[in-house]
Amino acid sequence: MLEILLDATVRAGTPILFATLGAIINERAGIINLGIEGLMLIGALSGFAATFTSGSLLLGVVAAFVAAFIAGSIHAFITVQLRGNQIVSGLALTMFGIGVTALFGRSVVGQTIDGFERHALPLLSKLPFVGKAFFNQNWLIYFSFLLVGLIWFFFYHTRWGLNLRTVGENPAAADACGIAVNRYRFLAVACGSGIVGIGGAYLSLASTPMWIENMTAGRGWIAVALVIFASWSSVRALFGAYLFGGITAMQLRFQAMGTTVSAHVLQMLPYVFTIVVLVISTIRQQKGASQQPGNLGLPYDREDRK
Amino acid sequence: MPKLLQLQHIRKTFPGVVALDDVSFSIAEGEIHTLLGENGAGKSTLMNVLTGFYAPDSGSLLLDGQPVRFSSPRDSLALGIGMVHQHFMLVAAHSVLENILVALQGVPLFFPRRQLRSRIEQTIAEFGIELELDTPVWQLSIGAQQWIELIKLLMRDCRLLILDEPTAVLTPQEADKLFQVLQRLKQQGKSIIFISHKMREVMEISDRVTILKKGSSVTTLEAGEFNQNKLATLMIGGDRIPEWQKSLPFSDELVLEIENLAVRNDRGLADLDNFNLQLKKGEILGIAGIAGNGQKALAEALTGLTKVESGRVLANGEDITRSCARSSYIAGIAHIPEDRKAIGIAPDLSLDENLILKNFRAKRFRHGVFQSRSAIRNNAIEKVDQFAIKAGPQGSPVRLLSGGNIQKVIIARELSEQPTVLVALYPTRGLDIGSAEYVHKVIAEGAGNGMSTILISEDLDELYKICDRIAVIFRGRLIGYADPTSSSREEIGLMMSGEVSA
Ligand SMILES: Nc1ncnc2c1ncn2[C@@H]1O[C@H](COP(=O)(O)OP(=O)(O)OP(=O)(O)O)[C@@H](O)[C@H]1O
Ligand SMILES: [Mg+2]
Repeated sequence: MLEILLDATVRAGTPILFATLGAIINERAGIINLGIEGLMLIGALSGFAATFTSGSLLLGVVAAFVAAFIAGSIHAFITVQLRGNQIVSGLALTMFGIGVTALFGRSVVGQTIDGFERHALPLLSKLPFVGKAFFNQNWLIYFSFLLVGLIWFFFYHTRWGLNLRTVGENPAAADACGIAVNRYRFLAVACGSGIVGIGGAYLSLASTPMWIENMTAGRGWIAVALVIFASWSSVRALFGAYLFGGITAMQLRFQAMGTTVSAHVLQMLPYVFTIVVLVISTIRQQKGASQQPGNLGLPYDREDRK
Repeated sequence: MPKLLQLQHIRKTFPGVVALDDVSFSIAEGEIHTLLGENGAGKSTLMNVLTGFYAPDSGSLLLDGQPVRFSSPRDSLALGIGMVHQHFMLVAAHSVLENILVALQGVPLFFPRRQLRSRIEQTIAEFGIELELDTPVWQLSIGAQQWIELIKLLMRDCRLLILDEPTAVLTPQEADKLFQVLQRLKQQGKSIIFISHKMREVMEISDRVTILKKGSSVTTLEAGEFNQNKLATLMIGGDRIPEWQKSLPFSDELVLEIENLAVRNDRGLADLDNFNLQLKKGEILGIAGIAGNGQKALAEALTGLTKVESGRVLANGEDITRSCARSSYIAGIAHIPEDRKAIGIAPDLSLDENLILKNFRAKRFRHGVFQSRSAIRNNAIEKVDQFAIKAGPQGSPVRLLSGGNIQKVIIARELSEQPTVLVALYPTRGLDIGSAEYVHKVIAEGAGNGMSTILISEDLDELYKICDRIAVIFRGRLIGYADPTSSSREEIGLMMSGEVSA
């Protein structure tokens, strides 16, 4: 029973994990991206369409990354090059994503593909208790584990990661050291957006291998909130995403068991829970120093005095 | 000596301000070249042009006789021009190590911290300073932060080093240490541009001095051609240095008593420990001590900015130990903080607004619930004139002002409501000589009107000049009082290093 629940947790948490990781990369560079929901939809549709026409799941994932990368570049161009308002640009990106996927998605509504299948990893999947849930999954989930580690390594053990963190904390300081602030910011926003796109593709290639209009159902917004819960750390993002996934899995289970509580109330649970956790973690954080990148949300103008 | 860098007719304007009008001079190889000028003369702006931070409106730069154009600091660094900025370029949340690493050349892509740690530790040890590499920068004193900036620059291989007021926050001993390093670099043929308002330093270290006045270069003098008076006259031109008299003997009435005060810092160590102090009405009490011995904690405890662990502060007999900053002010304490940009001003508000941050509730600034714009403006006009603040266009954010002018804004605001007690940390830090003298005058006049001042400073000259009594602080404890008219510098120096005297 618990093993099944844990398995469902990982499956429900993974798309949010990808989206949160992508959002963290954005924010570490100092750029707020509220277009996560739209980017997930773009990733979901492009991934599905690519796999549907080519038959290749790998191509689907690549297409999701590329499409979201390009869409994210629009946000990057507006906020980094033009120093536009990050909140407005991000919201516009979400609305753009919802609209454009609804429009182009019509032709593939109702179509199906062969989605990602389980591949048990030798030895690891035999581990007691966690083996089945974590190591008898599909390749996209394994890739998400890898990504958590890679991002952590990148931020804390590479020069580029240190430069990127400096850019997000204090772009003037980075500039004074000869770091190309705008280039770092642009690439972080675009690549982060691409990873968000893979989160969307997980929904249409693995969760329910088909395209449904607006199939993200607010998961992008959860990711935006989880970035704060995770205090901009990829490892903590994993816990945040699985927490959300766990509640989702549990409420599905309740529904299946046929409780008298309305299904709508149960569906609200993961969202309510996320808010509660966010409130608690924020209160806790205020006691120490904030983890938030120092220049989050602020455009950088070299000739302006800070 | 061959010319390394020539500046020709540099001009730079910002909306509503001409920061640089017409600047020309040159820097030779292997010289220490000092830039001297009043607050707001354009020294920092010029240096930002030299490093590619600001693009000049017109004028040209020649490096080794070849015209160069910098479109970013990256370009100037590539040609060997490095700079320590007046306002630090540090990441507060990052460790000392990370802050130094980003500035270095040839940092490996993987595991940079592990690989370069020992080299950085070695350099720090060579300079004989104490810096814990893993401490986040926000926990460090301003002086320590200045050293991080210096190390960032010195570990790079630069032909031209620009130091914008590096000694403003260093102790005299630390400044001497820095000067030794600079002399060594000069011997290696490197060029240095040095900015300072301290005449003693300028006389000691400069090979040549260029005077900047209201955005234009006035003249360049060779060593031997100048003395302190000549430089001062050239710099302030027709303006007079304000004159003032030391105040009359103060009364015996106690305005502030500190009893057994203990304060812990962010790391849980004792900043103040069993500290006692008595301040009398109309007295200017100097606090002498080497930076980091509890001065900041003392000021913050007095102004309600930090939690007091134990002990009491009495103002006119009333216990104010646990009041917040606002009620302390009502009790009549004004504060000139050390970190002016962080807690001294609201950076994005205008000059007018910053000048009334503390007394915006006063009747004269209000029409009922509304603000009286004209009264606020008139107040600003008055203060700008009184303190010779070089203000930008009306309504522009105060953060755009030069470092010294920001300091003047804080002082003008804090002294505007006739406080009964003024707690001033290094109030003349970064001020040009005329302005520093004016601040001393205001404090002395205030004392004549019954204001008591706690003047925290490392500059013994300043303390000797205006204080009635000097208290010496060491490791968070009061070592004793000294009388500036009878105690020698050696005595006070000994007390500052913890040797107790009578
Ligand atoms: N980025 C900017 N935007 C607008 N105005 C600026 C900017 N940088 C400098 N200024 C203005 O240019 C003038 C010169 O300032 P600058 O900082 O160069 O003076 P300074 O000589 O370094 O003075 P200080 O001794 O006080 O540091 C000031 O009036 C300042 O307000
Ligand atoms: Mg300056």
